[in-house]
Amino acid sequence: MTTADLVIEAEGLVKHFGETKALQGVDLVVPRGTVLGVLGPNGAGKTTTVRILSTLLQPDAGHARINGLDVVRDAERVRQAIGLTGQYASVDEDLTGRQNLVLFGTLLDLGRRGARSRADELLTWFDLAGAADRPAKTYSGGMRRRLDLAASLVGRPDIIFLDEPTTGLDPSKREDMWEVVRSLVDDGSTVLLTTQYLDEADALADEITVIDHGRVIAHDTPEGLKRVVGGQTLEIRPSDPSRLAETATILSQVSSGAKADEIRKGMLAVPVSGDDAMTETVARLSAAGIGVLELSLHLPSLDEVFFTLTGRTASDDDQAATDSTKEVAA
Amino acid sequence: MSTATLEAPRTTSGPAPAQQRTRKPFPLVRHSAALTKRSLIKTWRTPEALIDVTLQPVIFLAIFTYIFGGAVSGDTHSYLQFLLPGVLGQTIALGAIAIGVNLNTDMEKGIFDRFKSLPIPRIAPLMGAVLGDVVRYVIVAVVTLAAGYAMGFRIGGSVLATVAGCLLAVLFALCLSWVSVWVGMLVRTSGAVQGVMFLLIMPLTFGSNVFVQTQTLPSWMQGFVNVNPLTHLVDSMRGLFLGTPVGNHVWWTLAWCVGLVAVFMPLALRAYRRKV
Repeated sequence: MTTADLVIEAEGLVKHFGETKALQGVDLVVPRGTVLGVLGPNGAGKTTTVRILSTLLQPDAGHARINGLDVVRDAERVRQAIGLTGQYASVDEDLTGRQNLVLFGTLLDLGRRGARSRADELLTWFDLAGAADRPAKTYSGGMRRRLDLAASLVGRPDIIFLDEPTTGLDPSKREDMWEVVRSLVDDGSTVLLTTQYLDEADALADEITVIDHGRVIAHDTPEGLKRVVGGQTLEIRPSDPSRLAETATILSQVSSGAKADEIRKGMLAVPVSGDDAMTETVARLSAAGIGVLELSLHLPSLDEVFFTLTGRTASDDDQAATDSTKEVAA
Repeated sequence: MSTATLEAPRTTSGPAPAQQRTRKPFPLVRHSAALTKRSLIKTWRTPEALIDVTLQPVIFLAIFTYIFGGAVSGDTHSYLQFLLPGVLGQTIALGAIAIGVNLNTDMEKGIFDRFKSLPIPRIAPLMGAVLGDVVRYVIVAVVTLAAGYAMGFRIGGSVLATVAGCLLAVLFALCLSWVSVWVGMLVRTSGAVQGVMFLLIMPLTFGSNVFVQTQTLPSWMQGFVNVNPLTHLVDSMRGLFLGTPVGNHVWWTLAWCVGLVAVFMPLALRAYRRKV
């Protein structure tokens, strides 16, 4: 791959806020037309990284280029190529959805008519047409996020920064947001998205950079990262607690020998690999006549990822990591 | 890895290729105008924020006329003739506090992140906010004159001269706004902006000829009063409203306007750039 294919390049970004060392040398690259997921807990430096790349902040050391343009020296030209959706909705709450989008269109020199038609297009696409003429402060959280994302797409940017686009959204709204991100990439945009969720990075990103305490601690494809942190976990709660041991045996057969842990009372968990783990489990349980109350397949949480990568938990709320390592005789 | 390029076919819902937008001329003027419109919409949506420019001049006018009129001028009517341009000057100066407070609050929200990520002149959002306040200052002038008229104030000069006096006051307020914007960018909380600005504006309004003739003040104070921009503004308005000579007060006022913008607009911009 040539340098020209790298839309976003950052080398050794350092940023301190007084005593706080927000970034201590972050490197990352994003090839054209791909999605980079920047994964990390609160305070890891995700937002600071995005703010530097989107020209809102200047790094103390290191440099970054967008489309080959330096984010400090060529800030003005970088701004023409990027769209930014911050962690907090960056629209004017006193203006209606439409007025917001028309304002940004005007500021991007789309012209009066161009700004209006682009606003209409985006309002329809983001399902906000019905609320277009209401002040943004009356919008629900999900609507505000959509308006915010729409606002960052007004100028049809090639490069889109999404800072925790789904934090605080309920699961169905989250899926909607994912769809939007996918369609942006289908249309050729390059996306850098930050997230606290491995499943989100897994669902959207071509590559994942994990950062912690202002440093990159891992960079890999989702598959590679999952290989390191140990794939998916199958959780199951048999309807008859007395058949827990029997269930555990079946589970360990499915997971080729891995031991099933009782992570909560009556709930078993086992690491699995392969796409057919769930169907096979269901088939075997049904053959054994064991009823099931709960059954789920999930990726490791951020806590578990961090535990694997760093040997310690990412946050104070380390319950998940502790639970999953608890051994219970089944 | 996807090799999609800009030329890749696109669906109708998504973005089309980023066109090389032709940069139109005068970006500062056009972008400031768009952002001025934003300020006007916000003012329209929150009329309660206009209380300092609507009720305040009426209350000041009534209090000072009826309480101090007899003591200062012997009768309330002749004091009102003297006082009205002063109250207009005072309220319009106090009206400039709001912009710093509002911008300080706005900076906390994400909207300024958006502005900063757009390819527009850095100062455009500040300029838009300042220019949008024209409507507030025009309201001060109209309300003050209307309330004064109801209380018995009569202009002695031409209507045109009176309008010119009001426009001078509006212009002065716009220039004074940059002080408020600067403080709004420097100080941490909006309450502090209010406090600092109040401390700056109060000595300006009382250490002037707003309420009393300069000659009645102690001589050490006259020195301050005579350079105070508000003195020149109020004397200009008195001359224009009452049809009396204005001397060179208009020129002094304009000189102050230029000076305020020349010093505080760059300071405000610098503070805005530094604000994280």
